[in-house]
Amino acid sequence: MNILVCISPVPDTTSKINFKEENTAFETLGIQYVINPNDEFGLTRAVHLQQKVDAKVTVVTVGDASCEPILRKCLAIGADQAIRVDLQPQDGFQVATQLEALCKKTNYDLIITGRESIDYNGGMVGGLLAVHMGIPYVPNCVHLDLSGNDVALEREIDGGKERLKSSLPLIVGAQKGLVEEKDLIIPNMRGIMQARQKPLEVVSPIEVTAATLVEHYEKPPEKGAVKLVDAEDIDGLIDLLTNEAKVL
Amino acid sequence: MAVLVYLESQKGTIKKTGFELASYGRAVADALGEQLIGVGFNLQDTKSINPYGMDVLYNVDTPEGSFFNADRYSSTIAGIASKEMAQVIVVSSSADGRYLGPLLSAKLDAAFLSNVVDLPTQYSPLKVKRSCFTNKAFNRTLSQKECNILSLSSNAFGLNEQQGDVEVRSEPYAEATTDLEVTAIDQATDKVSIADADIVVSGGRGLKGPENWHLIEDLASVLDAATACSKPVSDMGWRPHSEHVGQTGKPVASNLYIAIGVSGAIQHLAGINSSKVKVVINNDPEAPFFKAADYGIVGDAFEVVPKLIRKA
Repeated sequence: MNILVCISPVPDTTSKINFKEENTAFETLGIQYVINPNDEFGLTRAVHLQQKVDAKVTVVTVGDASCEPILRKCLAIGADQAIRVDLQPQDGFQVATQLEALCKKTNYDLIITGRESIDYNGGMVGGLLAVHMGIPYVPNCVHLDLSGNDVALEREIDGGKERLKSSLPLIVGAQKGLVEEKDLIIPNMRGIMQARQKPLEVVSPIEVTAATLVEHYEKPPEKGAVKLVDAEDIDGLIDLLTNEAKVL
Repeated sequence: MAVLVYLESQKGTIKKTGFELASYGRAVADALGEQLIGVGFNLQDTKSINPYGMDVLYNVDTPEGSFFNADRYSSTIAGIASKEMAQVIVVSSSADGRYLGPLLSAKLDAAFLSNVVDLPTQYSPLKVKRSCFTNKAFNRTLSQKECNILSLSSNAFGLNEQQGDVEVRSEPYAEATTDLEVTAIDQATDKVSIADADIVVSGGRGLKGPENWHLIEDLASVLDAATACSKPVSDMGWRPHSEHVGQTGKPVASNLYIAIGVSGAIQHLAGINSSKVKVVINNDPEAPFFKAADYGIVGDAFEVVPKLIRKA
């Protein structure tokens, strides 16, 4: 059984976001990159399945050489091998098209993406890839169990959960809940040493133009100062919310 | 040529997000000089959409007892979009909207633009403002495709009522292309969800333990609000994951967000930044949330919140 986990390196969640080149590019100076948290929940589930159903776990990212430490971290967490498609992508459409080319060369039974990356929040790679491959897709996935070729899943929906069934091959969009935060694997020294020996293949990209281009970035306007209300003056707060903010 | 919007419904009634999408779609259709077309599934009440200037509404019947099926829904919508030569298709930012968007995009060879927060500033090619970095920034995105699927951030445009008398048509339900099937839905129908709520009341570690959550629930109940929590609270198992709001949890774009005992970590603030008005109640005047909030009370939640429940 082959599992492919798609990894996006993203700025650490505590990062301050700034732009350069007259706000046309993201300022990467001083930014610490991490595995996109949604992808990490997916990778952790894949590593659990690897032990349970004897699966081979491949991680892939579409990005330049600066992404390799992130792939090595995935290998230290427990993935068996890594692939880097050598292209700095402009949008999710380009990523999905590169992954499609990869999935046509090797058969993957289960493909895991994150629900969305926390930088561009596109949330489209899994869905695009699924339609292109003609296989089902379950985003916001909070439960995934395999039994032979049958898959039982849960998708988080507004105000609840939806239970689904499918057969392999299948694509899921992972998020918190697929595994718990406490289940995330912190690589140990043995894992880190082994990761150095595991294969990391660099693949040339196929020719494809992006569907969208980001022209310009801007930061939200500066916020005014908070209006403090005395803890004894609940009526004052209700009055402000009713008559000034008009939200009650 | 047309602008098409997907109207989500619950038990046959169009949801409020549907009226916002219709208002937005009407503005786009007016800019392009085109018709506004809606697509809904199993709608019992189609009149509720009349005040939003929709020209045509396709109401698709699905088999009795069947659930939402993203594959069949997206194929049905894509079929109508092709027939009507839709240039712009608008879906919501709900779980279902964000599910359908990429599927539609692939089925129609269209671009998918998530988290749209404003009307397009140009149409040929389409250019629109979107939020990114989980609301820490915005960008202006230029599409390279003729047809574009936009997922509109909730509460970003608002409602715009006008005269209208929609023509309702029917359309066959598309066949499935995969064997994925929804078998059951577990949904609390008596509680307002974070995505649908006008007001969200959220609790953090300052509440000291799950046994004190009646404060959050009682306040939410008098305000008809949804309940939410910070990441540490869900990680410690005080509250379910589904209530975790923030960068790795759910985004909140309510009219009013009340944070009680939430310090305001940068990841939390990113997730709730699109809310219109933010109120913080915290006993630590140095809590970062005070820098992000519109109104604040420095005080003990255990004293302030019961008073608020009585007076709200």
